[in-house]
Amino acid sequence: MTAIVHAHHTPTLSERLKDASAAAFIALILGIPMIGMTTVDQGGFLAVMTRWPQLALFVGLTFAGRILFSLALETIKRRSQGRKSGKSAASAAEAANAALKRGTKPESVIGWLAVGIAVALPIFFSEDRYIIDIATSVLIYIMLGWGLNVVVGLAGLLDLGYVAFYAVGAYTYALLSTQFGWGFWEALPVAGGLAALFGVLLGWPTLRLRGDYLAIVTLGFGEIIRLLLVNWTELSGGPNGITSIPRPSVFGYAFLPPDTEGSIADLLGIEFSPMHRLLFLYYLILLLALLTNLFVTAMRRLPLGRAWEAVREDEIACKAMGINVTTVKLSAFAIGAMLGGFAGVFFAARQGFISPESFTFSESAIILAIVVLGGMGSQLGVVLAALVLVMLPELGRDFAEYRMLLFGFAMIVIMVWRPGGILANRAPTLIHVPTGDKA
Amino acid sequence: MAQALQQLINGLTLGSVYGLIAIGYTMVYGIIGMINFAHGDVYMVSAFIAVTTFTLLAALGVSSVPLALLVVLVVAVLFTSAYGWTVERTAYRPLRNSTRLAPLISAIGMSIFLQNMVQVTQGARVKPVPPMLSDGITLFTSGSYSVRISSAQILIIVLTVVLMAGFTWLITRTAFGRQQRACEQDRLVTAFLGYNVDRIISLTFMIGAALAAVAGVMVTMYYGVVDFYIGFVAGIKAFTAAVLGGVGSLPGAMLGGLIIGLLESFWASYLSPEYKDIGTFVILIMVLMFRPSGLLGRPEVEKV
Repeated sequence: MTAIVHAHHTPTLSERLKDASAAAFIALILGIPMIGMTTVDQGGFLAVMTRWPQLALFVGLTFAGRILFSLALETIKRRSQGRKSGKSAASAAEAANAALKRGTKPESVIGWLAVGIAVALPIFFSEDRYIIDIATSVLIYIMLGWGLNVVVGLAGLLDLGYVAFYAVGAYTYALLSTQFGWGFWEALPVAGGLAALFGVLLGWPTLRLRGDYLAIVTLGFGEIIRLLLVNWTELSGGPNGITSIPRPSVFGYAFLPPDTEGSIADLLGIEFSPMHRLLFLYYLILLLALLTNLFVTAMRRLPLGRAWEAVREDEIACKAMGINVTTVKLSAFAIGAMLGGFAGVFFAARQGFISPESFTFSESAIILAIVVLGGMGSQLGVVLAALVLVMLPELGRDFAEYRMLLFGFAMIVIMVWRPGGILANRAPTLIHVPTGDKA
Repeated sequence: MAQALQQLINGLTLGSVYGLIAIGYTMVYGIIGMINFAHGDVYMVSAFIAVTTFTLLAALGVSSVPLALLVVLVVAVLFTSAYGWTVERTAYRPLRNSTRLAPLISAIGMSIFLQNMVQVTQGARVKPVPPMLSDGITLFTSGSYSVRISSAQILIIVLTVVLMAGFTWLITRTAFGRQQRACEQDRLVTAFLGYNVDRIISLTFMIGAALAAVAGVMVTMYYGVVDFYIGFVAGIKAFTAAVLGGVGSLPGAMLGGLIIGLLESFWASYLSPEYKDIGTFVILIMVLMFRPSGLLGRPEVEKV
């Protein structure tokens, strides 16, 4: 509101140096207590250790980075000014309409290509356990991302405790299978339904609240679930969790060594290999993820799905149009929770062991980062972000320590650069094209 | 009876700390209408600065506890204000006129960043600080139970009262306070009147961070245990305090802090220590359900 519109002005060298010096000075102030000094434990007593060379490096990097950044910004500004005269918002809308009429967006081509690669992947790496394991993890995060995308990307509700629904799904399956002998497929709908019920229970009183209150309440809810799991030992096994959860079976046949009752290898007359179970799990999560995608895409075209997008854009206008905002939000919340619950069931079945450790706030933050970085509302963006965020720490063990640090940094930078996410999709799923335009 | 009195003293101490942090939430909310998600982590950063400064002073041979405390307070307040300023400048200012969701997410990014920055630079282990001012006065003894108030507790409560008085004076009596309140009412008109709104908002973040820094130093001195995760729980509790008192209301933040502190120590003592955090979260959800404007807050009217 207080922004002053400057006439275009290229900063001089001395202005740039001054600006960079100011940034370096702030970096120095912030860096002294954190980078410059640290305390180390020396037999029960703390001693201060100094790291001045690292601090000098940090300050120097800030100085150089600030100059490079302002130069880069200048170049981008000059280019976009040259382009602006040719392209207007109206022509962009026309292009979008034309793409909708043709029915094929570049996104859908890439989407089909990605599905093809995902299906073919095990054919090339059928013996590589490591790759199949990572691919399965990526798919779990993709499914979670698509589930949370309904809540955050489509309905615009910031949910910071999404992992709670994931935990509800996982513990429901773990308890039903270890205590009552339920199978994977029987437990799946029950766990999803229970997670949705938790979503409604939490959402019903709180969804009338404003966005940031909702964020805090969901954060608190996530912690309540985690604390309950840690402390309610009789139900959840406490911090030790639940072990020996049965793996999913195929029509009653399990992946067991040969000559065991119900071994699938015996049934099909093929040689037993532990890889078969991993491949089966991989295709199972691929199937679940694709079903999730189909479901969400279909929902977006229904009146309810369009109401989600409308509520995200302008709640008051929706109320004025007679849309029951609370019901709309609640449905998004419940569906997102249900999808999280499904992913949780798969997670428990794949690991065979669950504990509250797997359901901390940082897990919620990772899923949120996937949705935000990929682009809120974009299905393809979630896939890209999940690929990058899950594979990054695999590149090097040293890197894992910095993973969350980079997540946080990336979340700030991407919000400032593109407040909608990298592949933001805020355009409505369906656009009404007046028939008169055809002529 | 004796146990209740002891818990009252402990609760007041804890409540003072929550109240000091809650003021940061409430002030920022009042002026930009947004929750500063990174505030709890700014408090955590201040506790680490306090640990380093205490250790440095001990190494330099400063043996007088009051002098050491004073130096640590000044150092922590100065550096932490710089962190508060940076949070506003990087995570909030560029997004001031953006959608509602964007600054929330950038602030959560900032919170994750600060937590992990401290974990990487200062280590993930708990930092033990030798206890200070643990001597105290035994008020009375009933049976085998004696009610004590330690010097640290007295200091925390007295310092909080003094800071609150000074802070109320700052907001109600000074030129900056008037500008700050004007900004809360209408940012655009304040800008028209010739006040630098950016500067007022920056200062608000810095004051919030400074009060959180006092809380950080007090907690370091009182509990003597600091790790990179303390900001998360303390942040949620202080936020609950701010909501309970009515977001945007300064006396409300203090009142809410005291109630949460008392509740926590009584819950831990009489019910179950494991579930004390759940008690806070349940209160948060109940208040938001039945009285979203809090105890002392005004109901909010959403304008189109």
